[in-house]
Amino acid sequence: MAKQELLKVDGLKQHFPIKGGLLGRTVNHVKAVDGISFEVYEGETVSIVGESGCGKSTTGRAILRLEDPTEGTVHFEGEDITTLSSKEMRSRRKDLQIIFQDPYASINPRQTVSDILTEAMDIQNSVPRNKRRARVLELLQIVGLNEQQADRYPHEFSGGQRQRIGIARALAVDPKLIICDEAVSALDVSIQAQVLNLLEELQEDFNLTYLFISHDLGVVRHISDRVIVMYLGKIVEIGERNEIFDSPKHPYTQALLSAIPVPDPTYEKQHISLKGDVPSPIDPPTGCRFHTRCPFAQDKCKEVEPELKSYEMMEESHQAACHFVKEITEGELKPRDFSEKPIIV
Amino acid sequence: MGKYIVRRLLQTIPVLIGVSILVFSLMHLIPGDAAQIMAGEGASEATVEQLREKLGLNEPKPVQYYNYMTGVVQGDLGNSIRSGRPVMDEIKGRFWVTAELAIYATILAVFVGLIAGIVSAVRHSSWADVSIMIVALFGLSMPNFWLGLVLIQWFAIGADWLPEFLKMRPSGWGDSWRQLLLPVITLGTSGAAIIARMTRASMLEIIGQDYIRTARAKGLSERIVIYRHALKNALIPVITVVGLEFGAFLGGAVITETIFAINGMGRLTIDAIRERDFPIVQGTILIISLVFVLVNLLVDISYRMLNKRIDLN
Amino acid sequence: METDVLRVQNLQTSFYTDEGEVKAVDGVSFNLPKGKTLGIVGESGSGKSITALSILQLLASNGGIKGGEIVFKGDNLVNYTEEQMRAIRGNAISMIFQEPMTSLNPVFTVGQQISESLIKHQKLSKKKAMERSVDLLKLVGIPSPEARVKNYPYELSGGMRQRVMIAMALSCDPEMLIADEPTTALDVTIQAQILDLIKELQHRLGMSVMFITHDLGVVAETCDYVAVMYAGQVVEYADVYTLFANPKHPYTIGLLNSLPRHDVDQDKLEPIRGNVPSIRDMPQGCRFAPRCPAATDLCRSKLPALEPSGNGNDVRCWIYTEEWDGEAEVEVYGKTRIAQS
Repeated sequence: MAKQELLKVDGLKQHFPIKGGLLGRTVNHVKAVDGISFEVYEGETVSIVGESGCGKSTTGRAILRLEDPTEGTVHFEGEDITTLSSKEMRSRRKDLQIIFQDPYASINPRQTVSDILTEAMDIQNSVPRNKRRARVLELLQIVGLNEQQADRYPHEFSGGQRQRIGIARALAVDPKLIICDEAVSALDVSIQAQVLNLLEELQEDFNLTYLFISHDLGVVRHISDRVIVMYLGKIVEIGERNEIFDSPKHPYTQALLSAIPVPDPTYEKQHISLKGDVPSPIDPPTGCRFHTRCPFAQDKCKEVEPELKSYEMMEESHQAACHFVKEITEGELKPRDFSEKPIIV
Repeated sequence: MGKYIVRRLLQTIPVLIGVSILVFSLMHLIPGDAAQIMAGEGASEATVEQLREKLGLNEPKPVQYYNYMTGVVQGDLGNSIRSGRPVMDEIKGRFWVTAELAIYATILAVFVGLIAGIVSAVRHSSWADVSIMIVALFGLSMPNFWLGLVLIQWFAIGADWLPEFLKMRPSGWGDSWRQLLLPVITLGTSGAAIIARMTRASMLEIIGQDYIRTARAKGLSERIVIYRHALKNALIPVITVVGLEFGAFLGGAVITETIFAINGMGRLTIDAIRERDFPIVQGTILIISLVFVLVNLLVDISYRMLNKRIDLN
Repeated sequence: METDVLRVQNLQTSFYTDEGEVKAVDGVSFNLPKGKTLGIVGESGSGKSITALSILQLLASNGGIKGGEIVFKGDNLVNYTEEQMRAIRGNAISMIFQEPMTSLNPVFTVGQQISESLIKHQKLSKKKAMERSVDLLKLVGIPSPEARVKNYPYELSGGMRQRVMIAMALSCDPEMLIADEPTTALDVTIQAQILDLIKELQHRLGMSVMFITHDLGVVAETCDYVAVMYAGQVVEYADVYTLFANPKHPYTIGLLNSLPRHDVDQDKLEPIRGNVPSIRDMPQGCRFAPRCPAATDLCRSKLPALEPSGNGNDVRCWIYTEEWDGEAEVEVYGKTRIAQS
């Protein structure tokens, strides 16, 4: 079966101006997302991972045009949605929904669950008025809540249940793509597992496509088909789930994976330490943006920005942005040791 | 920080120009002929014309504004119509009377307000907290004129201290604190109440912050936790209120001055309005606005100095 | 023979609200051997942070310890006066918190904040304390510490602030460090740096550490002993190898099962059903019974005690007791457990 392209992001940039100086002019930009391109195919789950400030959430918001992107195009089902008027975009949002980390922050606490779901249907006018109540009850059942809960208020629900309400609201308009922005990050593990299972079931039942934004690599491995790794507004690596997790090529991906504590005390850890903090996205480093923290960095990395591509010995679906993929993989380049040795004084 | 002060100073320029235009327009906003109104109903045509000439009212408006502003910049606010003396001289004597009243009222409000607010917050929900907040609510809801009269009734007349308390001089303040006491209380009470409530709310918020827990986890005594760690943070929003209150006292002294027969700016303004002495009215409003703008500037700068976080740009 | 630096016995901590008493901690027992790391793991509302705050008696004013013992080096801290506790806090026992962004006072410099403990507990002069602060910043791996002592917290990144918090906690050479989710708010690469730092410092300084976390990965990586908490109680206590290799309590088994892992492929997660019971409406019997796949009438009616089950685990579960009224072999989340009867 040929994969049908649903979403195509091309050269997306999101620069937020910084005001300053005597007259409050724009003095610089936060380059939150700085030229990224990827595709999402129908029915798959693509995850964007990265640490805070890498631009993963900004990407999600730019695709939905919650903030209009500075540059680049976003094609949805072949149509460039960055050029749509806000009215056209509103009706297009029927197909693109978002679930946030804290559903409570995005719902009106004075509305009942039924009101919240009906309102979503009202905006898109997707369900005839007389069928809406039935649809509300159906939705609640789909997300694992019961009909008696339809007329309760959000504060009467636990965190996991609220996230189910958030999911029901996204589903209310029969979307094709759901962007999950850290949708399970705030939940306790036992509840998180319930919600992850629910998302997977819904994907099968309704042929949903997910763009899953998360910092939790355990969750990402569990739910994704493909994974995008971002660092400082750029994609550093993209590939099938197992390519990323089992044979990561970019030193940042390797470091990220090695940094996650494994829930097994007998596991022998091979830890790649990174130096210092993530630099500011206002003045990102020249060349490869990761070179300031990279244990393999060479002079070339400071000057030339590496291209995101499939290097030899990588699958076609697997791309990384590093000059030294080959040398690192073959062990020709040895990492510098940045691990700390505290000095006792 | 220096850059911030320069920017903030530059920002006051348009504000001051706006104020001067408003003040200038006062005379022209009154329906009818300003000269006629100033001269009074019975004045002859010639007198009105003479007054018009004297005030330069025949010139085009922009020229009049220009002339007015040239004077203002040189400290010349024109002459009083009634007394013929320079407005500046009329105001000078009176300004310090009001300023003194406002300064003492502010000191009272800050002193009483801060202590009450801190006690209230530290003993949250205790009887002390509840009673302080009830008193503060009274303080807020009592109108000045009523409070002033009640104070006179109780202390001056009832307690027979009348001569001591109400012996006023034509201008300038008495050297006796007794003369100050009642007007300052009258003027400062509402401010004290506002500051108390503000301090309490601010302190309660700060006491719940993570860094207060950190301070306690260091083993610091409760006194240091409250007065060093909490208060310095809690004062940040209070400072803004103090600045606003001082401005409000300056402008709001009218009633207090009237009740206690104090010859301050407030009374000067009221009298000038009654006598349609527009140069004086313009002058007093201009001066009060100017002081208000300056106080706000000081407040913003000290706010900035206390609150390191917003220095980040 | 190891000596325990801390021994907590049946701790009970309650808060008094308008709606009555809330038993946030209701039966917590564990030991922390000297020089070792104890992990307290549990989900939100399990009472793990309240347990930590109870040890230092830093509870909100409407809360208090209602029962039990907290024995630190032979002394029961529950009987200490506020004055005595102040001498312990930041000195013999210090604590670091979850939110490095909000745990430092924004209006004081880093140096001023570190100096405070030194001036208070070690009676150093201001100048000496500031010099020592520089040393401490160097110790926790902050570059150019001479300049950093004069910084305000807003000038530092989250990772740097957590290092400052650690420097502050270590300033008076504590015998025990309580770390309450110290890396939860940090990115993983920074978390790895901070965890390494704590381990390294513990090793060098011979501190005992109590590590509170919800992350089983962090527990496996940093702790020697683990206490699993659920609904205000410790449900299982064991050394870390035993706990991960052979978890006994159905909640522990379910928790490990719910965890999506980045290092292995899993088909489907088998999560624990339902929700954590409300603190105001605790089940009468075992608190996990309403969600437990193996629960029997006994579980629903009577609360089990935390007791040794053989193999080194202490478990609060009827399955491993003589009274057990269910099958001899119990299947819990795909794992078979042999009941003791």
